[in-house]
Amino acid sequence: MKNIIINTGNYIAAKAAVMAKPDVVAAYPITPQTTLVEGIANYVASGEYKGEYICVESEHSAMSACIGASATGVRTFTATSSHGLLLMHEMLHWAALARLPVIMCNINRVIGPGWNIWADENDSISQRDTGWIQFYCSSNQEIFDTVIQAFKLGEHKDVALPVMINYNAFILSHTSMPAEIPSQKEIDDYLGKYKPLWRIDPENPVTFGNIIMPADYEKVRRAMQYAHENAKKLIPEIALDWKKKFGRFNGDLIEKYRCEDAEVILLAMGAIAAESKVSIDNLRKEGYKIGLARVRTFRPFPVEEIVKLAKKTELIVIDRNISCGYEGALFTEVKSSLYNKSDAKVSGFIAGLGGKDVTYNHIEDMCKKAIKGKLKETVWYGFEEVKK
Amino acid sequence: MSKKYNVVTSISYPKEGAMGKTGSWRVFKPIFSKDKCVKCLRCWIFCPEGAVKKKKDGSVTIDLDYCKGCGICANECNVKAIIMEREEQQ
Repeated sequence: MKNIIINTGNYIAAKAAVMAKPDVVAAYPITPQTTLVEGIANYVASGEYKGEYICVESEHSAMSACIGASATGVRTFTATSSHGLLLMHEMLHWAALARLPVIMCNINRVIGPGWNIWADENDSISQRDTGWIQFYCSSNQEIFDTVIQAFKLGEHKDVALPVMINYNAFILSHTSMPAEIPSQKEIDDYLGKYKPLWRIDPENPVTFGNIIMPADYEKVRRAMQYAHENAKKLIPEIALDWKKKFGRFNGDLIEKYRCEDAEVILLAMGAIAAESKVSIDNLRKEGYKIGLARVRTFRPFPVEEIVKLAKKTELIVIDRNISCGYEGALFTEVKSSLYNKSDAKVSGFIAGLGGKDVTYNHIEDMCKKAIKGKLKETVWYGFEEVKK
Repeated sequence: MSKKYNVVTSISYPKEGAMGKTGSWRVFKPIFSKDKCVKCLRCWIFCPEGAVKKKKDGSVTIDLDYCKGCGICANECNVKAIIMEREEQQ
């Protein structure tokens, strides 16, 4: 019989993390991530989680503790959000350059000032260049599946990179949905034992993080780039293998929804992308040949997939982030993917900043505006004008 | 010799002079007087680079290939058997 539980994104992420049996969890609570680490603490109290749970004094320390633990060759997990993620920034680079597969959930939340705890993706988007693999989830089931798959991917010998699993504050983190949970034995068999590429070992002394000369440093960066390219190949393989073993498929680098005969494709991430499925169904009923490509991995970026989509279609991009001085980050990345490969028309929207609600009605409205083809620049959807 | 790991990141495997001959960084050079030395081995203990070598007779010698000239040995020597002198221009 299937084991289906109904719980919030955070508690389901905690369940997934504990089932992966990390040897060390180091975390610091921050809204809206708090219930995730609280969930793991509950598993410590009940005896279900038997690893080392370190309550640190800051997020910088949380990431540092995970790096230290991971460097001894063990499995590690942490979680954070918004300002917590930003405080980790230095150590995010460190984990990636050290090739340590720390697995972390980040619950996308607004950055202050303008104190606000709601959904906004500027926190993780601003960590784009740290070398972390970035997933964006859109359901609690996907959070569970992606956390487990992240250990498989990050710990793979051809990747050896940290993985960040992002999902929107409250819309996912605090909303209950059903999720099917495999048995502990199935997860144990699926993940196997972590075999680190390198580790700190008194029997085999090495210095880590020593000075290296420019030509060698360049090799470290190149190797990270190769690892991301390997991840791009492995993510679809892991997704198919998961489907074979557990019968569920959340998409790979992107999730395609009703794209087969589409003349227009909407691209979005996270909760907005989940909401978009309703809009696509409604627009189809009205006769629009439209589909959705939900971008699951922002790094590595699914360039080839997007080029394929843009062969016969025009594209619409909705960003729940803004790179001030330019435009939405996904919009930029999508357009640069197409450079020299496609002349598809691309329209960009900024929507849902500061956790502002983006409903299927709004998304349908945005799609119709873009299809009419009068957009000259990025549109801030439903925006009340401020002084220029 | 340490086992090498198959990963491209900054790992240094211990060996003598892993960073090359660091003695070339020196400005001041330690001059050791065997006559004054009482074989207390304070210099040998305190040298941060392992450049003071212990000899069989309990006395010491300084490996100038790796001595960076920090002067800790001269500072620690209670009988002034080590003094620091400015290195001559090469």
